[in-house]
Amino acid sequence: MGQAAMNTGVGPALEPILRVEHLTMRFGGLLAVNDLSFDVARGQITALIGPNGAGKTTVFNCITGFYKPTSGRVALMSGGPQSDPAIAALTDSPGRSQRVGRGGVYLLERMADSEIAAQAKVARTFQNIRLFTGMTVLENLIVAQHNWLNHASGYSVLGLVGAKSFREAEAKAVEIAVAWLDCIGLKGRADDPAGALPYGDQRRLEIVRAMCTGPVLLCLDEPAAGLNPRESAELNELLLSIRDGNGTSLLLIEHDMSVVMEISDHIVVLEYGKKISDGTPDYIKNDPKVIAAYLGVEDEEVDEAEAEIEG
Amino acid sequence: MSEGEAKTVASDERASFSWISALRDAGFLALFTLGLSFPILAFRTRQDLWHGLVLDPRWDLVATVVAIAFFGRLSWLVVGGRVSRNVQSFATQVGEVLAPLQNYKGTFRLVGLIWLIAYPFLAVLIAGPGGALKWIDNFGIQILIYVMLGWGLNIVVGLAGLLDLGYVAFYAVGAYSTALLSTYFGLSFWICLPLAGIFAAFWGILLGFPVLRLRGDYLAIVTLAFGEIIRLVLINWVELTNGAAGISGIPRPTFFGLPFNASDEGFAAFFGLEFTPLHRLFFLFYLILALALLTNWVTIRLRRLPIGRAWEALREDDIACRSLGIDTVTTKLTAFSIGAMFGGIAGAFFAARLGFISPKSFEFMESAVILSIVVLGGMGSQVGVAIAAVAMIGGTELLRELGWLKSIFGAGFDPTQYRMLLFGMAMVGMMVWRPRGLISKREPSLVLHEKRAIGGDLVKEGQG
Ligand SMILES: Nc1ncnc2c1ncn2[C@@H]1O[C@H](COP(=O)(O)OP(=O)(O)OP(=O)(O)O)[C@@H](O)[C@H]1O
Ligand SMILES: [Mg+2]
Repeated sequence: MGQAAMNTGVGPALEPILRVEHLTMRFGGLLAVNDLSFDVARGQITALIGPNGAGKTTVFNCITGFYKPTSGRVALMSGGPQSDPAIAALTDSPGRSQRVGRGGVYLLERMADSEIAAQAKVARTFQNIRLFTGMTVLENLIVAQHNWLNHASGYSVLGLVGAKSFREAEAKAVEIAVAWLDCIGLKGRADDPAGALPYGDQRRLEIVRAMCTGPVLLCLDEPAAGLNPRESAELNELLLSIRDGNGTSLLLIEHDMSVVMEISDHIVVLEYGKKISDGTPDYIKNDPKVIAAYLGVEDEEVDEAEAEIEG
Repeated sequence: MSEGEAKTVASDERASFSWISALRDAGFLALFTLGLSFPILAFRTRQDLWHGLVLDPRWDLVATVVAIAFFGRLSWLVVGGRVSRNVQSFATQVGEVLAPLQNYKGTFRLVGLIWLIAYPFLAVLIAGPGGALKWIDNFGIQILIYVMLGWGLNIVVGLAGLLDLGYVAFYAVGAYSTALLSTYFGLSFWICLPLAGIFAAFWGILLGFPVLRLRGDYLAIVTLAFGEIIRLVLINWVELTNGAAGISGIPRPTFFGLPFNASDEGFAAFFGLEFTPLHRLFFLFYLILALALLTNWVTIRLRRLPIGRAWEALREDDIACRSLGIDTVTTKLTAFSIGAMFGGIAGAFFAARLGFISPKSFEFMESAVILSIVVLGGMGSQVGVAIAAVAMIGGTELLRELGWLKSIFGAGFDPTQYRMLLFGMAMVGMMVWRPRGLISKREPSLVLHEKRAIGGDLVKEGQG
């Protein structure tokens, strides 16, 4: 599609899982996101970067249904490639989603937040961590599997009488949770309250909690914020293992360039709600517009800044 | 805090204590009290023989109150810190002593259950058949009703974190549906009991739909309003509810069809016993005990099911819940309606126990009492709620036993008048010394290796 394919740095256009087109979000007089279009490629890590207040979190909130965009289309294509006419047909109909095979097309701008997570399978984390601090680490991961577990508990009826099928389902859920805890090395702290974990562990727990919902697209809002370099490196590994091991596509907002440049396959740069660049890390690194905008420097200082980024 | 640290803090305080500032502080409070007592205490109004208004000045009373405020504040400033710290550490110690008791839960449960089952017999043994009536009815049954109501509301407030100030509405729905169904249609108590629960749950859903989109203060205010609306409807829909006069002649519950009376078909005659009103009380006691235990059992079970965990997660952070695909509206509605259901069942019991109900029993005060039981007990803690109910309702009933104080304070002294004052003081004391309730620890609903209670400071109270 026209706008979205306006990649300035990416070589062959990749097959998208998420297509954001002409997304606009207005808060009163403030245009937080202004006619933004970009693609998130299936099975890849896409980064959304930009200076403070550029509108990155707002884009996330529009994608995950926490805000209703003023205008624009956010189409999620899960399961496999979906044809443009199918998306167009769905857009013209009053419907919100169209199941195709095991996946389907979802128009996220028409769906509510919990529906997006439950049906379209888009999970997210938050810029300021939102764990259930008074619940244990394990409970956090079990709550994330609420929908299928609640179904397995016969909407509490089977669970109330202690049916075997429910106990098995619960054991399975614990197994999934423990596997994720193993993956971030927190199995030993499964019975501790989530609020008692160190900051870095809380960040990673929030990520695996989102993974416990079984998402096709995982949106991370500044996952490396507040992490020390060692924790950042661990985070990189976790994110790469999620991409490669689970086939989950990732969209992440990040200020930490060591994370962004190292693991992203594709970067979208935002400034004042508008896209100013879009391409591979190498392309972005060398785009003078990005350097100027991202670091908020004058043109003559660009070279200096460039050196800083390289370093 | 280690002992050494505590000492330095204390000596620091002594060093920084200044009589001037203490006097100024107490003086300020005295002035404040003076201002406050001027409109409230300074004049007593009465009518003279010609129906004119006469103001009797009571400056001596004002002076006394101001003096009490001044010296009270001053002595609190001098020794209060120590007292407060002692009470604080005592409260913490009590909490700490009680905490390991969690490990003997099984034993406690058993002992508690045996004690509860034996209670009416013990009452008869100790107080005699005549004296036992009061102990079983006013203490046993009355407290258990509030335990059940507390547990029911605990689902809504303690687990789901929805501040509901109109819980008594569901109690009323249960009571009135039982009263109406049994007097109009002659349905037996045993049919009315589940129906009352269903009706109350239905009303919970009906009221919940518009209300649960609100949060925090707004939710509290609207639930409060709904409680009042239901009460006002009960008062004003005279054709159906007989208005403020209430409904009487509600059939008493029977023992599987055997009424508790002196007739030949009665319970006593059937079992060849001598008729005594105690039989009915025993029956009512065990009935409400069973209903309360059912509430407890269901709550404990639900807490370990996905729905219960979703309630608690909702209390912790509803935005995170939505990001995990949890339908918050349905989840809140289930909490609201299940809580309402238990309130309704308790209401059905209430109606059948007295045989008479009127809107006076369902005023806001009741909601406030039930809510204080939940808050004092420690939100979400089943044991805490039970203890708080015993303390608050038992305490109120005990005030009635203090008639002998009349000989000290004069014939006009009525201890029950001080109920609300004591309530308020207990609340303030709790908020100062144990702000998260008697039992503030949260027990995890699921354990991988080892069960560890979670400190109240990490557990959130919910925003609505
Ligand atoms: N709910 C809202 N109401 C009004 N204005 C908002 C709202 N949310 C965001 N904004 C505004 O939109 C703009 C973009 O904010 P946003 O949080 O998306 O920035 P960001 O790129 O995530 O910044 P940061 O890097 O600091 O997280 C800001 O000017 C912000 O004040
Ligand atoms: Mg942000």
